[in-house]
Amino acid sequence: MLTKRIIPCLDIKNGRTVKGVNFVNLIDAGDPLALAKQYAEVGADELVFLDISATLEGRKTMLEMVLKVAAQVNIPFTVGGGISTVEDVDALLHCGADKVSINSSAIKRPILINELSQKFGSQCVVVAIDAKQIDGKWVVHLAGGTIPTELELFDWAKEVAQRGAGEILFTSMDNDGTKAGFANEALAKLSALVNIPIIASGGAGSVQHFTDTFIKGKSDAALAASVFHFGEIPIPTLKQELKNNSIQVRL
Amino acid sequence: MKLVILNYGVGNIKSIQFAFDRLGVTAVLSSDAEEIKAADKIIFPGVGEASSAMKKLREAGLEDVITKLNQPVLGICLGMQLMCRKLEEGNTNGLGIFDLAVKRFSTSVKVPQMGWNTITNLKSKLFEDISDKEYMYLVHSYYVEENENTIATTDYELPYASAIQKDNFYGVQFHPEKSGKLGEKILLNFLNL
Repeated sequence: MLTKRIIPCLDIKNGRTVKGVNFVNLIDAGDPLALAKQYAEVGADELVFLDISATLEGRKTMLEMVLKVAAQVNIPFTVGGGISTVEDVDALLHCGADKVSINSSAIKRPILINELSQKFGSQCVVVAIDAKQIDGKWVVHLAGGTIPTELELFDWAKEVAQRGAGEILFTSMDNDGTKAGFANEALAKLSALVNIPIIASGGAGSVQHFTDTFIKGKSDAALAASVFHFGEIPIPTLKQELKNNSIQVRL
Repeated sequence: MKLVILNYGVGNIKSIQFAFDRLGVTAVLSSDAEEIKAADKIIFPGVGEASSAMKKLREAGLEDVITKLNQPVLGICLGMQLMCRKLEEGNTNGLGIFDLAVKRFSTSVKVPQMGWNTITNLKSKLFEDISDKEYMYLVHSYYVEENENTIATTDYELPYASAIQKDNFYGVQFHPEKSGKLGEKILLNFLNL
């Protein structure tokens, strides 16, 4: 059976991991390559690198990092952040990225999803959606969750799937950073609505939260950052616990 | 050992090249018929859409070159599918090395299948020292039904052929280059065939 996936997410600025990482046995915790290798070793199923560099120089450094990761890490990885053209994607895939994640650029120019899936295949196009509830409605936000849009989560999810997205990475801004669990109700609705895999993001705080998002939220994968980076939830422990709860995982 | 990765302008071949680098083998990217024919082992990669990949293969003049190869050839993902007779994606004819059809998963499951799934009923030297039910990484919307050439089975919607073999031609639906240490072992087994 296809397993549920556990995906650590690394924020990268100018080629270095940021937001703090506290890893045992890691000489340089800011080195994305060392972290990626460690995660692959302990059983992460995939990795996501989010480029938060604001400068062109930072973006170039990102490509060099992608090349290094592809050379040394033997599990799939996605790169997101600041991608807005077919050329951007071409460059990343050429350096060995397996998938790219687009967010604001897809909202501004939805046809980008069609262009990317036609040129590179749906399998490498992840559409990330940040949304929060405003007056009972899930409002999609852009620019890292800073600007509300006219779009509603479920309509937008349907549209991105129709345009050829291979996967949706849904971050609930209401849950993000709370460590109080994933937005399982919205996730379950998304999963029933579109026929592509859904990655849950935002709210991971305990092992139980992962169990819940796979069972109640019907998520296909779960992404988290700090609980992994600070060793609060070791991935082998998490996966063993999921297995004990009869959730299919790769051990 | 002369290892060639077929280069016909499709997909992410860097990952495959890197995986062999990690095994200490330099893989040469080539679309040159003579260089391909002279290789000891050949990797036939592919990601993306089937009909445009097939078109590129034809444009590169590689159709006949591939079907006439006598040395071990490993098709990966779309590479495996293109070695089959008929592909539902883009309603395309493949190379016909395997007299098999490639069909789309139904909407009863999420498409693409994306992630780690087990391979079982392993029947080839390609899987030497790989135990039954190990996990491999897969990303695909189309599959090959179980058949007499099946050397590994995976279950998604139905049990299907996740690896096939006929004479010197091998195909794997999963991505050994992205499937951790066990995937690398399969690549090593291929080199040792």
